[in-house]
Amino acid sequence: MKTGWNDPAGGFHPASAPDYLPPKRLREVQLQRLRAVVARAYERVELFRSRMDRLGVEPHDVRALEDLARLPFTVKTDLRDTYPFGLFASPMEEVVRLHASSGTTGKPIVVAYTQSDLAVWTEVMVRTFVACGIHRGDVLQNAYGYGLFTGGLGAHQGAEALGATVIPISGGNTERQLMVLQDFGVTAICCTPSYFLHLLERAREAKVPLGKLRVGVFGAEPWSDAMRRHIQAESGIRAHDIYGLSEITGPGVGAECEAQDGLHIFEDHFFPEIVDPETGAPLPEGEEGELVLTTLSKQAMPMIRYRTRDVTRILPGPCACGRTVRRIERIGRRSDDMFVLRGVNVFPSQVETALLQVEGALPHYAIVLTREKGLDEMEVKVEVTREVFSDSVRALEALHARLARAIEQVVGLRVKVTLVEPRTLARSEGKAKRVQDLRSL
Amino acid sequence: MRVTQLSLFVENRRGAVRTAIDVIAKAGVDVASLSLADTSEFGILRLVVRDPARARTALEGAGVVVNEAEVMALEVDDRAGGLAEALAAVDQAGLEIEYLYAFPTLRPSGRAVLLVRFADEAQAREALVAAGLTPLSAEELFERR
Repeated sequence: MKTGWNDPAGGFHPASAPDYLPPKRLREVQLQRLRAVVARAYERVELFRSRMDRLGVEPHDVRALEDLARLPFTVKTDLRDTYPFGLFASPMEEVVRLHASSGTTGKPIVVAYTQSDLAVWTEVMVRTFVACGIHRGDVLQNAYGYGLFTGGLGAHQGAEALGATVIPISGGNTERQLMVLQDFGVTAICCTPSYFLHLLERAREAKVPLGKLRVGVFGAEPWSDAMRRHIQAESGIRAHDIYGLSEITGPGVGAECEAQDGLHIFEDHFFPEIVDPETGAPLPEGEEGELVLTTLSKQAMPMIRYRTRDVTRILPGPCACGRTVRRIERIGRRSDDMFVLRGVNVFPSQVETALLQVEGALPHYAIVLTREKGLDEMEVKVEVTREVFSDSVRALEALHARLARAIEQVVGLRVKVTLVEPRTLARSEGKAKRVQDLRSL
Repeated sequence: MRVTQLSLFVENRRGAVRTAIDVIAKAGVDVASLSLADTSEFGILRLVVRDPARARTALEGAGVVVNEAEVMALEVDDRAGGLAEALAAVDQAGLEIEYLYAFPTLRPSGRAVLLVRFADEAQAREALVAAGLTPLSAEELFERR
């Protein structure tokens, strides 16, 4: 299985060497880097220092990897509360790149990279592509969005460093994507899995063959094994899942290898823990819980025990591919109710903000996610209350339009709003289940 | 001179109208006239009933969103051209109609009844009286049945 996979000549890419470190050596590297990053975060970032002081832990208390559990967590709202640059551990003269992603409110989350951070990011993206079986000589159509989103540039710099031919086409414009796919002899593609399904559909309608396409590198939204089987059967390509998040680096935190049996975490740079989402207590290996990541080599913006809210488990035992870095199971759900739609993070609280703005009080609502023709759609069902109900069709249609506009503004995506009768949406005891995700294929 | 109309929000789905009407039936209230405004997304069911207060209590008890609106009951001659004349008078009075529907009269009187919602109710009443189209009261309206 290994032979001939990584390189046309059956070679091995040197950037992937850390993937095969003997476990004992890997743990030594991790501990050394962990001590350095904790010291850096403590010395340079007020938030980390004050939290560690409150717990009475100092950087030199980290003597073993297990001591990580003594350190405080970092959560997404910490990035928002310190917006824009409050968690930076490098002076601006050393920061060479800023990216931003959607946050829980109007303000985005800003992430920073030094020259060395970009080098690490590039390296883990090279390792990602190698794991997916992409090599020098491949023509890669990069249909992740370029811009503030980390997907486009992250994949771009990794693929170039690998030596593949990169087509920086970015997202959208399906007709042009299909033309390029055919005319440029594309062998590999990067995009969200739902967008690839859409491409497949359009290619079939237009009777455009997929040409030389061999591999898909799909991430930035959750997808299932069933969807992979569907994509692979329909297109004849190999479909790989990759994992990443801007707060940690962007894409390149983990990737599936040719075995397609879990995602290898590039854990010499990103240390994974699995904790109980309720109590925060570390869980034994193999148990399902929330993935917590610590950046081991980040300079500009180290993250100590970042709560990803993604639920997964660390897969026990070695992988058939021979890599020694541990694997996580593909991520199927989250411990909070955030969801990812067309690469955009959406929180129900954003929808609530918009509903409140328009109606003055919060009506009962439900969010329904569907996948039609490979495109994710979001519908917000809003119960009509006495306060907003009008005898006039025009007034109700205006309310409907105002709701749709307000939600689109905070979420940043087109949504369908449906007015429904009162008491028709399910009520649940305790925490309301607001999101109904019907997207699995 | 006013007639109370109940407006109900109904979803655009099978059985939605029936559910609301069932509630009114169980409350023992007679529905005299109704009209359904539908859009692609939802509908508004407008009803004139014998006992609006009772119907409303029952509907709200069943979780239906109800709005009350005043509509004008106008008598027009039940012959060719009768409706056209009445609407010409409304137009000449400079009144704007939001919507209208018919009230079925059971007693032979040679007169038909229209239920009209005007954009500006106060202005409409004055202008209608001046034009000799005095609206019926609720009592007068139900006498026609």
